[in-house]
Amino acid sequence: MVTNNLGRQLPETFFGKKVQPYQDPYSHKPVGNHATRPLRRHNPGDNKLLRGLREAIEASGLKSGMCIATHHHLRNGDALLNLVIREIDNLGLRDIRIASSSVHPVHAELIPYIQKGVISGFECGVNGLIGEMVSRGELNCPIIVRTHGGRARSLITGEVVVDVAFIAAPSCDSYGNMNGFFGPSACGSLGYAFTDAQYARQVIAVTDNLTPAPLTPVSISQSLVDYVVEVNSLGDPRKIVSTTTQITRDPVGLQIARYAAQVIDASGLLRDGFSFQTGAGGISLAVAEQVRRMMSQARIKGSFGCGGITGYFVDMLEEGLFRTLFDVQCFDLKAVESIGRNLNHQEMSADTYANPFNAGAMVNLLDCVILGATEIDVNFNVNVNTESNGYLLHNTGGHSDAAAGAKLSIITAPLLRGRLPIIRDTVTTVTTPGRTIDVIVTERGIAVNDHQQELKQELIRRKIPVRDIHELRAEACRITGEPRPVEFTDDVVALIEYRDGTIIDAVRKVKE
Amino acid sequence: MENSFRLRRSLLYVPGNMPSMLQNIPIFASDAVMIDLEDAVPYSEKDAARTLVHSFLSTYQDRNKEIFVRINSLKTDWWQQDLQAILPALPDGVRLPEADSPEFVEHLDTVLTEFEEELGIEIGHFKILPSIETAEGVINCIKTARSSNRLIGLAFGAEDYTASLEIERTKTGEELFAARTRVVWACKSAGIQAIDTIFSDVSDMEALRHETALIKTLGFSGKSLVNPRQIEVVHEVFAPKQEEIDYALQVIEAIQKAREMGTGVISLNGKMVDAPVVKRAVKILKTAQAHGLIDMHLDEEVIYGHK
Repeated sequence: MVTNNLGRQLPETFFGKKVQPYQDPYSHKPVGNHATRPLRRHNPGDNKLLRGLREAIEASGLKSGMCIATHHHLRNGDALLNLVIREIDNLGLRDIRIASSSVHPVHAELIPYIQKGVISGFECGVNGLIGEMVSRGELNCPIIVRTHGGRARSLITGEVVVDVAFIAAPSCDSYGNMNGFFGPSACGSLGYAFTDAQYARQVIAVTDNLTPAPLTPVSISQSLVDYVVEVNSLGDPRKIVSTTTQITRDPVGLQIARYAAQVIDASGLLRDGFSFQTGAGGISLAVAEQVRRMMSQARIKGSFGCGGITGYFVDMLEEGLFRTLFDVQCFDLKAVESIGRNLNHQEMSADTYANPFNAGAMVNLLDCVILGATEIDVNFNVNVNTESNGYLLHNTGGHSDAAAGAKLSIITAPLLRGRLPIIRDTVTTVTTPGRTIDVIVTERGIAVNDHQQELKQELIRRKIPVRDIHELRAEACRITGEPRPVEFTDDVVALIEYRDGTIIDAVRKVKE
Repeated sequence: MENSFRLRRSLLYVPGNMPSMLQNIPIFASDAVMIDLEDAVPYSEKDAARTLVHSFLSTYQDRNKEIFVRINSLKTDWWQQDLQAILPALPDGVRLPEADSPEFVEHLDTVLTEFEEELGIEIGHFKILPSIETAEGVINCIKTARSSNRLIGLAFGAEDYTASLEIERTKTGEELFAARTRVVWACKSAGIQAIDTIFSDVSDMEALRHETALIKTLGFSGKSLVNPRQIEVVHEVFAPKQEEIDYALQVIEAIQKAREMGTGVISLNGKMVDAPVVKRAVKILKTAQAHGLIDMHLDEEVIYGHK
């Protein structure tokens, strides 16, 4: 066992690799070069278009023990990962690692293939049943959860080698030029797939909308793509909208959003050039709505909206409140429709978005980000991976990346969920270190991290209810009672990797 | 004196039988809540709701708004049990439905005094906010407004009122004009606050805004609400304008000077500043304070010349 700087106990090795413990958010810097892959030669007349997935898998040279990747732009509507694994099983391959950008509840279909040994582990976080079963010890399948920026980093440094990337391409020509803007499975940005196209040893474009070459606009170029395959359907784009994408109507959520907007207003960051990121949850959107109102009223011209993009951000772009949107992922169909139409709605790779080991990620330019939490501790550490029952249910997404980058990271969360207090002495799992979090906003008050004294004084001056985080914790527990702690065994089933590749926490099997 | 300046722009109904709503009372931004044991609670849940409300109030120690409990009408058999259950948890007052005549308020006043003696608390602790919600109630409201020292205001109830007149309630409210005006007269002449009726369409914020602007013009101090989302609109309408605040500040400055000179009347920009003008200015500044528009301490002794 080793202990990291946050006092979390980690195994010395996991999934065949040595564990490097987390130290702090900004200092770790590896020495080395970008990963490489073999050169190719394609002569005039060489054909890339293959008859089906099976032929493409065979042509790629995929063997047992190798690693594959897909992107999650179709979110819970994705059909490709399930399709690929079925073919891999048909070919008799085993011991395949999955390094997709994320795995969603729709991929619960993979469970029998994990049990059968086709899949041996995940080099990425998972949402839904797979994580739950792994947490309960019902599936034996190591998981390394990565942030969006961290995943891009792991491919670029060569820590994770993707042997074959299968890229769902909503529009693609027979020579491999693709974009996500048009077609029956349009998903908008292909931001997470860019690194795969550049670093995977073999790249297979899979499309349900084959067009004559050359296709424009080009998001991912023919020069990066080895093979092209046509399938009937990539999935159900209506399920891209898998989280809430409506402003909350819940009075608690609205109260949190009002406070969060007041914090932004008090921060002094809301001026010309303001840059902003929120998620697609109901509270985040309610904050976005308030920010939009404040910007309109004060005639503030922001610089950019960032991250996963929703229709609300598209409206703000079109109203002139932002000059640009940097879109790593479209959260709803309005955003999908916009990215093909608005020149200033800019597609962005996960590398550009959030990789800590390039010459500067977009998150570094963020003024403010609104983030969620399943739990928060009195040191401002945030958990988004496990729930209070100890189950690994959520991927990290860009949480730690945006928190580390933005000048003002605001966590919005209700103080109580059902009968659970959300602020705890320690979180079940640390996803994002408290040092990168500035303010916690709950419906019963706002806690400000010690390094933000000036903001704290300004909030107090404005009579916004600033509370000590211990006091909020005590208030929550006065209402709910002290919850009985979840008990864990010593078996580590997953690691939570920080964006720089060090390990911030380990997830253990729940004792049941 | 305190009562007439207490802000009561928004009085939110919260059903007494819903733990999930009661739990959030501390976070609602309304000036007051009215926990409902009457219409919102079906007969079969009256007992459970009384226990629930009592437990909630007992744990809600750091009160950050006024708490009224709407008991069942004195015409029913339930109101005494309501009081028995909730008064020991010390709400600020009682909303009394169907206050058709002063006798109902007087009766409740007597019973509240008995409870206060039994609980060993100050006589007059429990306030009363009677509902004027029938034709008879409107006719009698001028006497009702003077029927007890416990009254903080009268609350007009348009739903039952229109039912008692056998008419439809409209969104524009022409049918309510006469009754609303009479309730405002009754309150102003008795020195208490006039609270307007609920607006039931929670999805129509524009109509709510319009109605709130109307009742503010008529002289109401606030409004009963059925949904927390309505609070913000009502507060926006009641927020004083900058020029009102500026003028009020000048008035206070002038009267403070007057007090120093040993008089209660002074001229400001050629107009006489006396007690009613000061009273209006203080009300505007208190409202502005509640909206966070100004940050100042109002020294009541200096303003009124006495506590």
